[in-house]
Amino acid sequence: MAPVTAVGETPLAAPAGRQAGMQAGRRRRLNAFRYVVFTVFGLFFALPLLAMARFSLEGAKLGTWSVTAWRQIASYTSSEGIPPLISAVEITLELAVITSAVMLVLVVPTMIWIRLRVRWLARAMEFLCLLPLTIPPIVLVVGLGPIYDKIAHLSLSALMLFWVYVILALPYAYRALAAGLSTIDATTLSEAARSLGASWFGVIVRVIVPNMWDAILNALLLTCALVLGEFTIAFFLLYVNLQVELYSISRNTPDAGVIFSTSTASLLFAFALLLILSFARRRRGIRG
Amino acid sequence: MEGLSRRYGAVVALDHLDLTVQSGELVALLGPSGCGKTTTLRLLAGLEDTDTGHIIVGGKDITRLPASKRDMGMVFQAYSLFPHMTARQNVAFGLRLRRVAAAQRDKRAMEMLELVGLSAQADRYPNQISGGQQQRVALARALAIEPQVLLLDEPLSALDAKVRAQLRDQIRRIQLEVGITTLFVTHDQEEALAIADRVGVMKEGRIEQLAPPTDVYSRPATSFVAEFVGLSNRLTGDVSGGQVTVRGCTLPLMESGVPDGQVVALVRPEAVTLASHTSAESGPLVGTVIAVTFLGATSRVTVDLGDTTIMAQLTTSDASALPAGSRVALTIRPDPVLVSSSSSPDGLVAEEEE
Repeated sequence: MAPVTAVGETPLAAPAGRQAGMQAGRRRRLNAFRYVVFTVFGLFFALPLLAMARFSLEGAKLGTWSVTAWRQIASYTSSEGIPPLISAVEITLELAVITSAVMLVLVVPTMIWIRLRVRWLARAMEFLCLLPLTIPPIVLVVGLGPIYDKIAHLSLSALMLFWVYVILALPYAYRALAAGLSTIDATTLSEAARSLGASWFGVIVRVIVPNMWDAILNALLLTCALVLGEFTIAFFLLYVNLQVELYSISRNTPDAGVIFSTSTASLLFAFALLLILSFARRRRGIRG
Repeated sequence: MEGLSRRYGAVVALDHLDLTVQSGELVALLGPSGCGKTTTLRLLAGLEDTDTGHIIVGGKDITRLPASKRDMGMVFQAYSLFPHMTARQNVAFGLRLRRVAAAQRDKRAMEMLELVGLSAQADRYPNQISGGQQQRVALARALAIEPQVLLLDEPLSALDAKVRAQLRDQIRRIQLEVGITTLFVTHDQEEALAIADRVGVMKEGRIEQLAPPTDVYSRPATSFVAEFVGLSNRLTGDVSGGQVTVRGCTLPLMESGVPDGQVVALVRPEAVTLASHTSAESGPLVGTVIAVTFLGATSRVTVDLGDTTIMAQLTTSDASALPAGSRVALTIRPDPVLVSSSSSPDGLVAEEEE
């Protein structure tokens, strides 16, 4: 009987081994493909950025290194003697904070309320929130121009841009918040909280919002990214934010190094802020 | 609850429902999907508004009170623990809203977790405990606020059979221990019959019968109750002189005043007994076994009588002597039966709702 068993086992073992070998080969090929794709796309994004950083550090002679361009943008001062880049950074940061705050205060409770109490409005809310995606910024400028002209009489600062930034950030924030809200059974949680004695305000603040922190941080991240990079509307409405100031510095100097250093500075600034926000999100994720 | 009604558009979910639950009693509302049992519970909890009627708890009309002020503890069908809180924090949530001091709150939360046997899991988050444990924490959370009424909305339906039976018994033990008035909604008749003091069988927004489980099963008030609770064979019979004759057997009627004529008699499978039939003779109660369903201690045997089929419930050892294909002779025990004037086809057996 023993030879029969051995003969019987051999043909069974062979296809299994061959199959495992084929799977390993396929896995290796897939991994190699992944590395190639990752490298190509990495270079596609990294090369222009690295080149920009390199040009910003270009010395007087080609191929030499210098930080002169960076010194120039730091020492660049306005007629009042305040470095305009610093004030532009301040304004942009303030705009990011105000826009994010207004966005959250407006959208989070509205979305939760619609989800819990007036579900039939959800489609209309989605349509309204996604609408700004379909309107080019230049069209918004044309539409908002007269309003901002009126506001200009009030001598209000560039911080007034938050109105339009809230509109611009609405689709991104909405999508992030909607994704977060869809991951929790908001109706059951709210009913459980209410049956335990929570008011509607208590339901939102104590139960729903703590369960969508990740979504809120995502919405914040996207809103900040949008505000930090926004140029068109600020420029055409004649307000000065970071992007407009960087543009202005680069326009007022014949030095190409300054142009590149301003662009690099803008990118680094945005990266740093977004990194801080995503780090905060990851910490929340770890705590669980 | 007095004359409670609720409509959703053209659909009547509750139709002038009256229900009185005694203090410390556990009443189970049983019925098919859409019969209004969950709506009743939600109206009682204040999660939905009534169209008409009154809800009175402890002599106080709470019909217009918001859910947060009703003093009801509720356990939901879906897992409803707050995911960002530990089991202990979940249980303490209602006490926190009532501004109970932290130390007292913590003590009470631990007492409640001990009551449901989960004190060791106090610091675990909902995603770190099983479904059955989550429902037990939800029960502890509902009890922690010492509500006037405990509402259980199919709390076991998402659990597997074994956990379900364990938790069902635990709920009953705790309810008796705490002595809390409880309304339990379920579509599982076994669950309702096992733990309730009284069972209310609902149909189309009304209670068809509200009675102790044994009465609901053995003395159903209506043919709907007879068919919904347990299984029934529907057999054509003739009523005459207060008795019904079914396939040659004379059976007493459960209700009086049934007019003479043809009816459908509802005969429980356990009232049917089978014996091997070896002779070639045929008769109205001789047939062929077509299926044997093993149910554990008992088995259900389906017999083809030629013009209809009939089910009998036997002990598994008796049923094993009657494999499919064997010829059998049936006897119907003369238990009182309900009759229905319904024109549904003869021989159909009401299915247990899953």
